[in-house]
Amino acid sequence: MAQDTASDPVHQKIADTIAANDVVLFMKGTKQFPQCGFSATAAKILEHLGVQFKDVNVLDDQGVRDGIKAFSNWPTIPQLYIKGEFVGGCDIMREMYAAGELHDLICQKGIPHAHHHA
Amino acid sequence: MPMPATEIERMIKAKFPDATIQLKDLAGDNDHWAAHVVSAAFKGKSRVQQHQMVYDALGGRMGDVLHALQLTTAAATD
Repeated sequence: MAQDTASDPVHQKIADTIAANDVVLFMKGTKQFPQCGFSATAAKILEHLGVQFKDVNVLDDQGVRDGIKAFSNWPTIPQLYIKGEFVGGCDIMREMYAAGELHDLICQKGIPHAHHHA
Repeated sequence: MPMPATEIERMIKAKFPDATIQLKDLAGDNDHWAAHVVSAAFKGKSRVQQHQMVYDALGGRMGDVLHALQLTTAAATD
């Protein structure tokens, strides 16, 4: 992850955001109006799990849009952080959700969410 | 700016010679790919690390010229 957050205001801003919110999704658009299919999928997965999350629209901030890629060492958006930890992008979220692992992770981390009994 | 399957496969193979790579053209446009990559190099690595290794093999093209690559990875079992 970020090595020198103190010297980089964008990295500091990202670090502050993920420290202040248990679940953060960096995405294109907002959870109400995603502007990319991958971001829409990621937001939908969190909504299915009944998790409250902070959405950060990277299209509003070019600095964050570029900065988050370096911060996470991850080339694409969306990006999910839970309790300050990088979980993955859309593919990993999809895979973990399908395997029940994303639900397990939010339980482990003590994140409030809706319980589904499918 | 499409990136052909042969090129994606070549770059991944260059980094992971043992890799089994299945590529699927999702939209028939040579631009939206799904890749499943299996390699012994992924053993003991988290999913995030495995994907980072593949992105690294693609040398910064992911998220750039290669805009849609749906990726799944697995460690080879033997």
